Amino acid sequence: MSGRGAAGPGRGLLLALLPALCALPRVRGVEEGPGSAHGHSQGFQVVTFEWLHVQDPYIIALWILVASLAKIGFHLSHKVTSVVPESALLIVLGLVLGGIVWAADHIASFTLTPTVFFFYLLPPIVLDAGYFMPNRLFFGNLGTILLYAVVGTVWNAATTGLSLYGVFLSGLMGDLNVGLLDFLLFGSLIAAVDPVAVLAVFEEVHVNEVLFIIVFGESLLNDAVTVVLYNVFESFVTLGGDKVTGVDCVKGIVSFFVVSLGGTLVGVAFAFLLSLVTRFTKHVRIIEPGFVFVISYLSYLTSEMLSLSAILAITFCGICCQKYVKANISEQSATTVRYTMKMLASGAETIIFMFLGISAVNPLIWKWNTAFVLLTLVFISVYRAVGVVLQTWVLNRYRMVQLEIIDQVVMSYGGLRGAVAFALVVLLDERKVKERDLFVSTTIIVVFFTVIFQGLTIKPLVQWLKVKRSEHREPKLNEKLHGRAFDHILSAIEDISGQIGHNYLRDKWSNFDRKFLSKILMRQSAQKSRDRILNVFHELNLKDAISYVAEGERRGSLAFIRSPSTDNMVNVDFSTPRPSTVEASVSYLLRENVSAVCLDMQSLEQRRRSIRDTEDMVTHHTLQQYLYKPRQEYKHLYSRHELTPNEDEKQDKEIFHRTMRKRLESFKSAKLGINPNKKAAKLYKRERAQKRRNSSIPNGKLPLESPMNNFTIKEKDLELSDPEEAPDYGAEVGGGIEFLANITQDTTATDSPSGDTGSDVPLTGRSSPPAAEKPPIPARSPRPRARSPAPPADAPPAGAPPADAPPAGAPPTAPPDREPGAGPERRGLPGAHARSAAARRVHSRRSFQRPRARRRPALLKLASLQPSCHAPPHALEQEETPL
Amino acid sequence: MGAAHSASEEVRELVGKTGFSSDQIEQLHRRFKQLSGDQPTIRKENFNNVPDLELNPIRSKIVRAFFDNRNLRKGSSGLADEINFEDFLTIMSYFRPIDTTMDEEQVQLCRKEKLRFLFHMYDSDSDGRITLEEYRNVVEELLSGNPHIEKESARSIADGAMMEAASVCVGQMEPDQVYEGITFDDFLKPGDRLRECCKCQPCTSHTSRGTSHAHRIQPFFDVWLPRAKELIWQGIDIETKMHVRFLNMETIALCH
Repeated sequence: MSGRGAAGPGRGLLLALLPALCALPRVRGVEEGPGSAHGHSQGFQVVTFEWLHVQDPYIIALWILVASLAKIGFHLSHKVTSVVPESALLIVLGLVLGGIVWAADHIASFTLTPTVFFFYLLPPIVLDAGYFMPNRLFFGNLGTILLYAVVGTVWNAATTGLSLYGVFLSGLMGDLNVGLLDFLLFGSLIAAVDPVAVLAVFEEVHVNEVLFIIVFGESLLNDAVTVVLYNVFESFVTLGGDKVTGVDCVKGIVSFFVVSLGGTLVGVAFAFLLSLVTRFTKHVRIIEPGFVFVISYLSYLTSEMLSLSAILAITFCGICCQKYVKANISEQSATTVRYTMKMLASGAETIIFMFLGISAVNPLIWKWNTAFVLLTLVFISVYRAVGVVLQTWVLNRYRMVQLEIIDQVVMSYGGLRGAVAFALVVLLDERKVKERDLFVSTTIIVVFFTVIFQGLTIKPLVQWLKVKRSEHREPKLNEKLHGRAFDHILSAIEDISGQIGHNYLRDKWSNFDRKFLSKILMRQSAQKSRDRILNVFHELNLKDAISYVAEGERRGSLAFIRSPSTDNMVNVDFSTPRPSTVEASVSYLLRENVSAVCLDMQSLEQRRRSIRDTEDMVTHHTLQQYLYKPRQEYKHLYSRHELTPNEDEKQDKEIFHRTMRKRLESFKSAKLGINPNKKAAKLYKRERAQKRRNSSIPNGKLPLESPMNNFTIKEKDLELSDPEEAPDYGAEVGGGIEFLANITQDTTATDSPSGDTGSDVPLTGRSSPPAAEKPPIPARSPRPRARSPAPPADAPPAGAPPADAPPAGAPPTAPPDREPGAGPERRGLPGAHARSAAARRVHSRRSFQRPRARRRPALLKLASLQPSCHAPPHALEQEETPL
Repeated sequence: MGAAHSASEEVRELVGKTGFSSDQIEQLHRRFKQLSGDQPTIRKENFNNVPDLELNPIRSKIVRAFFDNRNLRKGSSGLADEINFEDFLTIMSYFRPIDTTMDEEQVQLCRKEKLRFLFHMYDSDSDGRITLEEYRNVVEELLSGNPHIEKESARSIADGAMMEAASVCVGQMEPDQVYEGITFDDFLKPGDRLRECCKCQPCTSHTSRGTSHAHRIQPFFDVWLPRAKELIWQGIDIETKMHVRFLNMETIALCH
């Protein structure tokens, strides 16, 4: 009942809907009388009320709407849904709605009929389960799953039926018109763990994958057993107990194999068909997702027609086709399939649970027998636990990963019964099974008990037992690679040692798959990209690219993406003059400064805002021109058969290639210290030197690199020189503040060619202070400071010995010769240093994946012969010398 | 293998050394003789007789690992020309399932050994580091099974993986720090951390052990959990990944 509180806002809607729903039939009755009476006399009617005409679909649609609205209602309160599983809430809601309908109508007009359940509600859920089944996990544990599904279910059915019969014989249940076979029939339908209930509850519990797949796989695969047991005992009951012969029993066992294997085969056959069909749907993309649903559904119906296990058929259809279908259909179709499937499954599940609740409100079906009901509950729980323990004991002798006691507890406790049992018991024929009503009521109680009580308590139980949970992790490339390596090693070891084990079989299968199946069932183009490792790599790359851009956006500037550098393949040609770039980048630097020091916040704020506008324009421009195009609006041309050809895919690919190259580039040169190509390394060096020499030529490009880059370069210069050591912290600190203020002023005059020495010297002189802000970064502070060259105040850069930086000697010595554009750069540089530690962290976190304009920093060196050299010297050496 | 009594003695000795049961040893010995053609030692060429191995993309690496002195515990580098049965068993014993009777420490040691095998396979020049070149090499071979993946992609995948390893093992890198390669410590470190994590989130196979520690370790839970997300080994359950179930009975896989 706790669900009612949660349903608060939803409830209003429901209550409003319900009277209408209930009233409609009666309205119809009233309406129809006069309508039919006067219909002829009135002649043509402008508007007619045709309830009867739309009644059935209308009611169905309304129920679906009610159930969906209820779901919204539940989730308005996070607290309730985190404690109570949705299935339990839905059952309670169903009870309430059923009560209302009953009160209004006194007819149980809506119940969960077996036909609706088996033909329309169950298939989507099972297909969803199969299609998204983690295959490797499933087949890895197939033995365990099969044992639980087959032996476990038979065990449950037999023990429950027999024990109930035993108690019945003792007379505890009073007078019932039943025999042994009826009890066994009841046992067989109540024995099976229900996939719908298990899914609904376990999806919210998040136990680890192995545990989940065992319980869930069992619930799927035990269908065959249930169907066979049910059919066998039903026919035995029909025959009558005394006429059952040994031959019939043998037939029953044979039929088990026929039903299960036949169902599986049907599923596999349809999966093959489906995969094959999707291979040729290139030109009918729009109906592509339809094939998935129609063909899988056909597999279900076909096996139902052949009285095979329909659940097995559609499960295996999903399991087998997923690989090929996902590869074949387009990205959009895959998304469509995914969402449609989830929607159907989730909707069906919602309806099932709600109708379970509604169906229970029907006094006609209730027949109470306390002993029978309670004993059933006890027996199914106890025997489930006993069965699990016994089977696990056997299994653990063969399993690589042992199933511990805790797992067994969860497995026993997770044996939920659900709608399958209910639908089966409703299917019973009252003429043959005399106590059908008792069975029905007991089944309802069992279902409610397991779903509500166990569903409620399993979460706390799992927490209390500290069951290993599943966790969502980012895919890791190394993980995939090592995993792949392990696979191959293991299968090789099995080959060498002559074992035929799991790995051996998997290896053989994957070879077979690659050689034949994939060639037949997959598109040529799809075969290429289906490698898992490649996928993960692709995914990571995309993610990188996105976060890369996102970071730029977050910082309010995509400038660093545009940073023009020669070794950066990602970048496009920026030779087209773009006047606003300069300013935009200045703003970028400014903002970084602000975040670091926060001194003159207000005055900066003003300035920033105005700059941002122009910058946004630049960003927009860039996005339009070079980067990812925002998804294009589809043309207004309407076509039922085609969507406009999408550029997304191309873009994706392009981004992929770019990032790949980018990662490669930056990685090679930066982190690994490997320059596989000696020649390239030399070239790189020479180019670098060249740049250094040319560095006095301003090109209007701004320093946008991470601080590390700047350090690097400066450090190098320092290495070459032999600066005197004279730290002067006091002056530095003072200068820092001054400097910042200076920048604020200077930005106003950014574009003006301010090449005069007068303003330059003080600026550079003061630019030393940012060093004082370094101390927050502990790792670096001690050494650099000790190495800082001349006291900043008394030595403008020009004063530094020319030998300081041989390659770049010219520019500092001749400051007045600088060309106009140099101004902002110099000013920008110290700003880059002043960044906060946080900013730097952000930067350095994945810095090696970013296009780092490694050569460009040479430009900055003009003003960089300053005490602001902080990178540990070895870093540079390593970078310079190719290993 | 000489007289009957010495053979049984030898077997007993091997049981002690490698942990295989005598049935398994006998079984493996039969296989060994099959591979070697009744010779006392196996050479590299003998592995060509295993037909199923031919399709294995990292075949050469695996075969090489059988002759690697480091794996044979005979030295720190180099390759043996031929291996005898004991060496063969030594290699095989890397893949023995972890015994349920082992205590925590032994299990960890066992794990370490298994990881070392993989590491040695990657580190082909025995310098204790998996360099980018070596890694690329492995990845290229790994992906060679798929004819549609070009070498270039394989290389960039290796690069990507290496970057990832760098970021995981070194964490936040100094601006121009150079990551030369994955050392065994790096290789292992995540595994170590994983063990720590296992105490909080018991591994499926050691749940009972895990829970007993869980209370004690609880305070560290918050410390380890965030880091656990960054581990290389996170998703790999070593129990399932590094073990082969050695059977006692005759099997059907043959070689010609």
